[in-house]
Amino acid sequence: MKTFIRPSVLIVIFVLCMLPFAFPNAYIVDVAIRICLAGIVAIGLNLLMGFAGQVSIGHAAFVALGAYASGVATIRYGWSPLFALAVGAVGVAVLAYLVAKPILRLRDHTLTMATLGLGIIVHMVLVNEVAWTGGPDGMAVGPMKIGDWVLKGEMSWYALVACLLVLAIVISLNLFSSPAGRALRALHGSEVAAAVMGVNVPSFKVRVFVLSAVFASIAGSLTAHYNSFITPSLAGFMPSVELATMVVVGGMASTFGVVLGACLVVGLPQVFGGFEGFEMVFFGLALMLTVIFMPKGIVPSFAQRFAKRKS
Amino acid sequence: MKIINLLRSSTVSMMLLTGLYSAGPAVAAEPIRIGSVLSTTGPASFLGDPEEKTLKLYVERINAEGGVLGRKLELIVYDDGSDSNKANGFAKRLILQDNVDLIVGGSSTGSTMAMIPLVEANNVPFLNMGGASVIVEPVRPFTFKLPHSDRMAAQKVLDDMKKRGFTKMALLSDTGGFGKSGRSETLKLAQSMGIAVVSDQNYGEKDTDITPQIQKIKSSDAQAMLVFGTGQAPAIATKNYQQLALTIPLYMSHGQASMEFVKLAGKASEGVRMPTPALLVADHLADNDPQKRISLDYKRIYEDRYKIDVSTFGGYAYDGLMMSVAAIKKVGSTDKVKVRAALEQLKNFYGVNGIYNMTATDHMGLDQQAFRMAEIKGGKFVEIK
Repeated sequence: MKTFIRPSVLIVIFVLCMLPFAFPNAYIVDVAIRICLAGIVAIGLNLLMGFAGQVSIGHAAFVALGAYASGVATIRYGWSPLFALAVGAVGVAVLAYLVAKPILRLRDHTLTMATLGLGIIVHMVLVNEVAWTGGPDGMAVGPMKIGDWVLKGEMSWYALVACLLVLAIVISLNLFSSPAGRALRALHGSEVAAAVMGVNVPSFKVRVFVLSAVFASIAGSLTAHYNSFITPSLAGFMPSVELATMVVVGGMASTFGVVLGACLVVGLPQVFGGFEGFEMVFFGLALMLTVIFMPKGIVPSFAQRFAKRKS
Repeated sequence: MKIINLLRSSTVSMMLLTGLYSAGPAVAAEPIRIGSVLSTTGPASFLGDPEEKTLKLYVERINAEGGVLGRKLELIVYDDGSDSNKANGFAKRLILQDNVDLIVGGSSTGSTMAMIPLVEANNVPFLNMGGASVIVEPVRPFTFKLPHSDRMAAQKVLDDMKKRGFTKMALLSDTGGFGKSGRSETLKLAQSMGIAVVSDQNYGEKDTDITPQIQKIKSSDAQAMLVFGTGQAPAIATKNYQQLALTIPLYMSHGQASMEFVKLAGKASEGVRMPTPALLVADHLADNDPQKRISLDYKRIYEDRYKIDVSTFGGYAYDGLMMSVAAIKKVGSTDKVKVRAALEQLKNFYGVNGIYNMTATDHMGLDQQAFRMAEIKGGKFVEIK
């Protein structure tokens, strides 16, 4: 609970509350919602990549699985959206646990390759199981509702995802300074050293992998209801790379950094959207400059510079 | 640490604010805003590219003649990169930010289906270029479909097979929305017409070799073969068909009705038959054919401007734009509900794809006559009577 009243979290809450007054139209709210949803996934991925140092470029697969769990369960079997979301998250957790056991034995590039493979497999399953998923053209998904109450309109969606984003930030900050978080950061530095210090390395890796998959699954379920349409391209290679980019650009291991990363990766293409085809050039340039001049990510680099000046 | 945290969060908030502000709306005079989401890049660009060219060309021409109701047209096109998810996002942008009066486009069935929930929820008239029947079945109030449905294409092909006395056919379809829908329509029709589908094969849209499936068809006792798909794969299938030296007649769906197909498949395309709108065979139409003039005009104007062959897919966009203009003129305003009603009551509208007669139960409005059966002879489409 204490984390909620940290000044940094209070500022985020304040900003999220004030933003609606600055929204000129519903489309900008839509962008904000997409940023929040991406931010939740990125915070989850940051637990795995930033804290524990295990690079995954297949994380969009978990987003897609969450989305399709909600889509298939609500449309084909008539489950209530909240129940479907919960079952989806549990299912993804179980899958992540089973997958994590073998693939987290791999290290560095081989682990990255394995997560990439996972993404491709999920994508292929979604494309080919036409009877359930609607195949490459995707499927329509109903709105989010609890009983007879339907979550409608951009502003109510914004309120929901903003609250969830704050919750995700708090969970992540809590974990960062908890014993488990320290253990994760220790195994990021050196697995051997961590093991010598009594950290159960395989167990921690699996647990953080499962946790980050659950973040992705829940955000995926919400994305499905919000967009009201999903396709297998959710699990594609590019979405996974975008997620990894959010973590790297914003700042590895920095919770606020990855939220900033989500703002940039989701928001910049919209800002540059008017340049007709050139938006990718600007986007690429922005990313390159960040990585060249701030290799640790934007937020940690600024924090470091600030700390230096003070001393 | 506290100060660093403060700094962190203030950077976040600043970025959030600047990022979100800069995309504010522009207050303009009062042009009629026509929105469009097209697949101008990616695997479906053979659809989106001519559609975009057509829309740009004709919006320019209409504006040069003074616009519609004294107002200029403003065209806003987004490229979905052949990704239905993006089509959904851009449709939202058109509706919520750009405040468009109507939307022309959705190049593929997938993109169109992704946009439907949004246009229906926001009451925006939506004229799309998706091929499959599911778009207008069931009829949705604001959704209108311009291309002939896959069922009509299947009907035209099966009629021709029947005329030639075939009773056994092979079907090769892609696993995308267009092929899937085409396959189920063909199977249903074949059954009711007494044609047996003795080999039912499918392939992925991005496959680069379809030899195994065609080998299976070769070893069946099919008398004719129909390929139901869009994109480049059917051209590959045609080449594979020639390499395996099949002799049974080969049919394509209307998804291949463009010179692009002839170029891709090369010599292998000789003798291939397919249903096509009048546009591709316009030169050979009888002079009293009501579609001859409009088709030739569109073909001449398009080819003069872009120096490339006209395609039927651009023709769908042409019909969509002209139909919107006709509906807006009839209503005398851009009131979305009234424009929708006017579209639904459109009768005897001469487009390059045929004569549209919309009704409350038919939001596609073309009949079987809109299709001509064409055969490729000497690298050209020739109508078979």
